Amino acid sequence: MKKFVLVENVGQTFDTKKGKFVALRDIDLSIAKGEFIALIGHSGCGKSTLLNLIAGLTTPSSGLLICDGREIAGPGPERAVVFQNHSLLPWLTCYENIHLAVERVFAAKESKAQLKERTLEALELVGLTHAEHKYPNEISGGMKQRVGIARALSMQPKVMLLDEPFGALDALTRAKLQDELMKICDKTKATTVMVTHDVDEAVLLADRIVMMTNGPAATIGEILTIDLPRPRKRLELAHDPRYIDCRAAVLEFLYDKQADHKQAA
Amino acid sequence: MSAITMEVPALANHLAADSHKMAMPRSAPESAAKVDTVAVGSIEPPLLAGAEPVACNAAAVAAAAEARVEKLNALIRAILPPVIGFALLIGIWYLATLKASGLPGPIQTWKAAMVLFADPFYSNGPNDQGIGWNVLSSLKRVAIGFGFAALVGIPLGFMLGRFKFMNDMVNPLISLLRPVSPLAWLPIGLLVFQKADPAATWTIFICSIWPMIINTAVGVQRVPQDYLNVARVLALSEWKIVTKILFPAVLPYMLTGIRLSIGTAWLVIVAAEMLTGGVGIGFWVWDEWNNLKVEHIIIAIFVIGIVGLLLEQFLIMIAKRFSYENT
Repeated sequence: MKKFVLVENVGQTFDTKKGKFVALRDIDLSIAKGEFIALIGHSGCGKSTLLNLIAGLTTPSSGLLICDGREIAGPGPERAVVFQNHSLLPWLTCYENIHLAVERVFAAKESKAQLKERTLEALELVGLTHAEHKYPNEISGGMKQRVGIARALSMQPKVMLLDEPFGALDALTRAKLQDELMKICDKTKATTVMVTHDVDEAVLLADRIVMMTNGPAATIGEILTIDLPRPRKRLELAHDPRYIDCRAAVLEFLYDKQADHKQAA
Repeated sequence: MSAITMEVPALANHLAADSHKMAMPRSAPESAAKVDTVAVGSIEPPLLAGAEPVACNAAAVAAAAEARVEKLNALIRAILPPVIGFALLIGIWYLATLKASGLPGPIQTWKAAMVLFADPFYSNGPNDQGIGWNVLSSLKRVAIGFGFAALVGIPLGFMLGRFKFMNDMVNPLISLLRPVSPLAWLPIGLLVFQKADPAATWTIFICSIWPMIINTAVGVQRVPQDYLNVARVLALSEWKIVTKILFPAVLPYMLTGIRLSIGTAWLVIVAAEMLTGGVGIGFWVWDEWNNLKVEHIIIAIFVIGIVGLLLEQFLIMIAKRFSYENT
């Protein structure tokens, strides 16, 4: 297994008014090319912190992060992020939001017509061709998140990072987008890291689930390999004993081994 | 006193007619009687129809008229309170100037205004020009002073918002200078420029610049971190960050700053021109005071108010065009 993304002995400490706060410690993780990783844990366990480190939005206090053989020194389009709250620019249309990303990555090598084609392709991939000229405040939350995903995909990133992308959506829309994301990942073979707090989402989508211990000073507790064949079907899996076992294992980790401190106390 | 007795019943009739149109609960004979006495029967067929049986097509007419009456009612509800407000103001003004000899009443002022606005753009040398020229030259001063203030203030605001060091450096200075009346700067302007006209413009510059710096800086500081993270992930160039993210995000704040600036500038120009002279609405007020044409001063007060209102409305219109919802 080729190590595409490598997280080596990473720790993250923040300076707060009360002194140093250790958010993450001793994180070791390697991700293969084309793999789908889900990061799961209780809130405040630092899963978003780890994602931001891979994105390069923050720099680690200790340790090393490598992507495709190069150290991660800062954010860049090779590691595209889909933000929790979509983060589309409200003064640009859906088309323009994606075009901004396409233009940044490909303008040097490609003609204007090709850039346009790429933008339209990305919109088509998430099924939003009809919303091309709409502004973000004119479309639903699910559609906005799809534009966010299209923007990330349009850059043809080496790694796609999703920070609880469906957290703010209702259950039905979420299920639909999960299915779409699965299809897109099968098609594009994108290496993906997704932060989630939804056990079903993690088991359904991921090749491996990285379960994190509670913060402060959180680290990786267990890693569970989900050995379910692809393409996966939500309804068929519901009764699959392997699926049920995986789900049970994650639930056991979250609610037994890492039960919330506050509840335990 | 005859005019008062005329005014009051007129107003009462007006109100009666209005409440009538609003279809307040009222017995049919009473409303019919009212319509008769007020003698506006021609525009109120549905209500008359209720009082006495008229033609057979009355129902259809009534339905169409009902919709029209509903629209009319909404219009009346919107314009009635301000109309009463103005009527009260003019009434009080009228009463107040009835006995006192010095202050001209509304009628006298109206007559003077008719003469004045018949030829607003005459010019008999620098000290005797039409009110139109005076307003325009005041507006010109405001435009120049404000333009320079925007040219300096908006980029400065961007820098203060973007760089914390600059902000910490300049903020105490702004806090110190902002509360100073712009007129205190006028002598400095006179000394430096040696002329009245640029000194007035300078005063406008000083009073317009603070709201623009502060609002632009606040706008830049409040650009959502999410947008900046997008910029970082896409690794956009500084130029793209400014044009595609910072500028659109800050624009609503900037326009608020501009609105505040223009409002203050228009307040200050009158005072500045009173002190510096030349052509301008402020100077004109002072000139008419020296000529003891008090009705002209009152007209000037209205003109200044209306121009200020128009400037404000114009800028609100622009601001609406550029406001984005962040959801």
